[in-house]
Amino acid sequence: MKLRIFVTLKPGVLDPQGRAIHHALGSLGFAGVEDVRAGKMFELEVADATDDAAIDGMCRQLLANTVIENYRVERV
Amino acid sequence: MKTAVVVFPGSNCDRDLAVALETVTGVAPTMVWHGDSDLPDGIGLVAVPGGFSYGDYLRSGAIAARSPIMRAIVEQAGRGLPVLGVCNGFQVLTEAGLLPGALMRNAGLDFVCRDVALTVANAQTAFTSRYDAGETIRVPVAHHDGNYFADAETLDRLEGEGRVAFRYGESVNGSARDIAGVLNAAGNVLGMMPHPERKIEAAHGGSDGRRLFEGVLETIGA
Repeated sequence: MKLRIFVTLKPGVLDPQGRAIHHALGSLGFAGVEDVRAGKMFELEVADATDDAAIDGMCRQLLANTVIENYRVERV
Repeated sequence: MKTAVVVFPGSNCDRDLAVALETVTGVAPTMVWHGDSDLPDGIGLVAVPGGFSYGDYLRSGAIAARSPIMRAIVEQAGRGLPVLGVCNGFQVLTEAGLLPGALMRNAGLDFVCRDVALTVANAQTAFTSRYDAGETIRVPVAHHDGNYFADAETLDRLEGEGRVAFRYGESVNGSARDIAGVLNAAGNVLGMMPHPERKIEAAHGGSDGRRLFEGVLETIGA
C-alpha cells in the first residue's frame, strides 16, 4: 500500500520560506497570489496490513512535529 | 566532576564543549556516541553539542532526538541529571520533548553567524547563578534554525515560571519574545541557541560564556 503524508505548518505559525516564495512569484510577474505556505510530502510504501494507529504513530513520533505542524494521510 | 558530551554524526561543536568542560572542571569529559544506549556512571552533567546532526534531515535535531543515547538522556533528565543543549543540541532537546516549543527557520531566512548581545533573564537557575539578573553578555550564534516558537500560553507559562534563561538583546532570528534559552519545569535542562563554549577565555575574544559552565558545575558540586 502506498501512502502520501502531507506535513504543513499550523495556521498562525510564521512561514518565512512561504513568504520568500510568495515574494519570488510576485517578482516573476505572477499577480494575484495571495499567500504561500511551504510544506513537505512523504511517500511511504507500507505493508497492506499496516493499521491506522501505526500510521498515526509514524506521523506523531517522527514525520511531523506537532508543536508546529499538522499532517494529513492519503492512501494512494 | 565527571561530565559527558554526546556526539552525533554531523556534530561539530562537540570538541569545543569538551574543551570548555575540561577547562572548567580539570577533567576531560567522556565522549558518548549517539548509538550508545547508556550514559557513563557517575556523571554530573551531559552536554548535547551544536552541529548538523544527521545533516538536519527532516527537521533540525529530529533524527538525533530518536537515537538510542537520547532515550537514556530523557530517562536520566527525568531523574534530575543536568542537561545542557547548545544550538543543534537545543533543537535536539525540543524534538526529544525535554523542552517545550520548536526552533524554526530564522525569520530573515539567513544563516546568522556573529557575536550577539544576550540578557540574563533569570540568574537564579542551576546554569546562570554566576551571572547577574539583567546583565548583558556577548556570546556568538551560528545557526539557520534558531527562531524559537511556542504558543502564547506556553510562552506565558515559561515567563511566569522564570524558565526563560536568556533573551536576545538585539534582533537575531525572529524568536518569540526574543527567547534565546529556556529551561524545563524542573530546571535541570537548559537549551540555548548561542554558544557559551566559544567564549571561555580571552583568546576567544571574551569569556562571557565561561560563567555558565562554572555556575552549573558549582550547582552540582564539582
